Amino acid sequence: MTESLDLSLYAKPMADGTLGMELAVEGIACGGCIGRIEHAVRSVPGVTEARLNFTNRRLHVAWSPGLGEPAAILRALEDGGYHGHPFVPMRAEQQEAAEARRLTRCLAVAGFAAMNIMLLSVSVWSGNVTDITPETRDFFHWASALIALPAAAYAGRPFFTSAWRALKARSLNMDVPISLGVILALGMSLIETANHAEHAYFDSAIMLLFFLLVGRALDHAMRRKTRAAAGNLAALKAENAHRLIGDELVSVPSAALKAGDRVLVKPGERVPADGVVLGGKSDLDESLITGETAHRNVASGATVYAGSMNYSGALTLKVTAAGGAALIDEIEKLLEKAASAKSRAMRLADRASRVYAPLVHLTAALTLAGWLIAGASVHDAIITAIAVLIITCPCALALAIPAVQVVASGALFRANVILSAGGAVERLAEIDTVIFDKTGTLTLPEPRVVNTAVLDQELLRMAARLALSSRHPLAVALSREAAMRVPFDDAVEEPGQGVRARINGIEGRLGSPQFCDVITPSTAQASTVCFRHGDRFAVIAIAQKLRSDAVDVVNSLRGRGLDLCILSGDHAEAVAPVARALAIEHWQGGLKPAEKIARIEALRASGRRVLMVGDGLNDAPALAAAHVSLSPISAADVTQAQADAVFLGEKLKPVLDAVVVARRARGLMTQNLWLAAVYNAIAVPVAIAGAVTPLIAALAMSGSSLLVTLNAIRAKGGTR
Amino acid sequence: MNVLVYLVPLALGLGLTGLFTFLWALRSGQYSDVDGAALRVLSDDDLQETQETQETQETEDRRGLA
Repeated sequence: MTESLDLSLYAKPMADGTLGMELAVEGIACGGCIGRIEHAVRSVPGVTEARLNFTNRRLHVAWSPGLGEPAAILRALEDGGYHGHPFVPMRAEQQEAAEARRLTRCLAVAGFAAMNIMLLSVSVWSGNVTDITPETRDFFHWASALIALPAAAYAGRPFFTSAWRALKARSLNMDVPISLGVILALGMSLIETANHAEHAYFDSAIMLLFFLLVGRALDHAMRRKTRAAAGNLAALKAENAHRLIGDELVSVPSAALKAGDRVLVKPGERVPADGVVLGGKSDLDESLITGETAHRNVASGATVYAGSMNYSGALTLKVTAAGGAALIDEIEKLLEKAASAKSRAMRLADRASRVYAPLVHLTAALTLAGWLIAGASVHDAIITAIAVLIITCPCALALAIPAVQVVASGALFRANVILSAGGAVERLAEIDTVIFDKTGTLTLPEPRVVNTAVLDQELLRMAARLALSSRHPLAVALSREAAMRVPFDDAVEEPGQGVRARINGIEGRLGSPQFCDVITPSTAQASTVCFRHGDRFAVIAIAQKLRSDAVDVVNSLRGRGLDLCILSGDHAEAVAPVARALAIEHWQGGLKPAEKIARIEALRASGRRVLMVGDGLNDAPALAAAHVSLSPISAADVTQAQADAVFLGEKLKPVLDAVVVARRARGLMTQNLWLAAVYNAIAVPVAIAGAVTPLIAALAMSGSSLLVTLNAIRAKGGTR
Repeated sequence: MNVLVYLVPLALGLGLTGLFTFLWALRSGQYSDVDGAALRVLSDDDLQETQETQETQETEDRRGLA
């Protein structure tokens, strides 16, 4: 059956009249792929442009409307052995990219200005101790002013706007003392230059901006990288739905479905949107939504939810809520409540700046008053007070935390953890309790064969290879055991019963017990599928299986002094064996989303900081309520949106890595804050005494920034 | 010391040229795919596959065989 593919959702009109589309490309292995992919796509008729971004594995294509066809582009990629997943770039990602570009421009301007002013300043400093003429010095100072003022006006904007916003909201952030220091330093230097003075601080002001911009630009670059990776994963996860238009089937992206559309859901596929069953009968696995592993029978009139896996029969649905908007009412209400109740954990940097900013300003004011009382001239007193502000300008302090943040999120990225919320690293370091969901979190998201040890290996191999010919979810699970990924040639699928094929001249049958003529005791724990080959047969049990390293990870977490707990929506009999295998004492099954939140609230009330790890739609409110949350990449979209970080792969180890990296990062952040404090304790008395020359200011500033940054690099550590 | 009057602006001008070149490079997207750029330089796909180049290629091949 041919089914047309409608990708108009992703096509965007470009400036030159062509249509453009962004694709996340899977399967790029090496540099040679760039040429192969671009060449393959460009040779599709109608395509005018194909450009692969190797850094973020994305392909931009453009084609002339009417001539080209997006489905052909996907086919061309498939033929080359790649998979293209079209996507609409997320707004947040585009904004972040624009912000990163702006920061890079500011950084370039500040860097240019800092270098040139430094050249002039070094001449003045060395001239001051030798034989520079006052005219030459003035000329150098005016030249510095000419560079510094426009450069600061441009490169300082990120700080000025943020400080202004904070002041308007009647609060203080780190940007307030920074902006104040820069503006006062420039203003004072200008007046001093006009008065033919010996010292000007243009270099200090610009260097300060340069160092801080380096920190911010790196922070943004890292965030952009993780954001792009997350965007690609989302694109890879997006599925197509079979939309019925009249009697015709059209394959459309699930995101393009609208309420009222009719869709067909084949066995082995996920339900693309919330809807009501119009026709057909089937069993649905709703574990992604409720955590329940037992299947639910649905027939005409039943309500089904997006994300359920369709097991046995084809269903025709009428969509009631489209794509991303689909949410169960109860969960939506809980989610709102949980998100609003979430205590806005104050970030370390904000806490530091709230103490620091008033302290600095007070010290400057006291210096001014002190010198006046001591009988200094007003001019000298003001100069000294401003010098105090410049030397305390929180260069090291403002770098202390972002620098660690950048290195830590890089380390997490390599450990397959993608951060989505700022401040998650700090909150992860504070946890003392970990709550796991069971289905899809402690266990693998897809069922696996659980009784491999007791089966005849030859039979299992044959059964697994035969299973390749069926799309039934149990067969898909079984086929993961297949050593040879080539299906049998003459395999025939009997709908609703199983598959059969001739294997070594004897008929092999895989499917229900009746189909294979096998009598089996029924088990509640696992689904079974039978295989018969001649007079030999095997009963294969398929069930949720623990992630391969779950036991080790759970033990290590316990070894780090964390309390562990399982809260599952699945029934108690299914949770008990998992809890026993992992030796977790505190567990509860059959919990509704509201009960999960209640448990978390109770823990919080007793002073606990909870890390929630979960994947189901029923976990989403609990994730929002917890102090910090993680979810596997297989999680429901709504759930992932609530999580502070997403982890990839089949292992549970990223959860452990996240905690380890976060704790180390938190330690380094505190250490850096202390380093900055020590720096101030030494530099401030010198400044108050009025002994700070621009040379000392420059040395102190770059020295302390360098120290803090080098210390931050230790956050990288060895994660494995 | 009068030499400074034109040397300093000259140095500044050179610096500014560098700055604007960088800003232009940034704007034209040369930093959007840093890893890719490093690999693209190795591929010869940007050479136009015209009749002429193919012919020279062929003659070269033949010469190599001879």
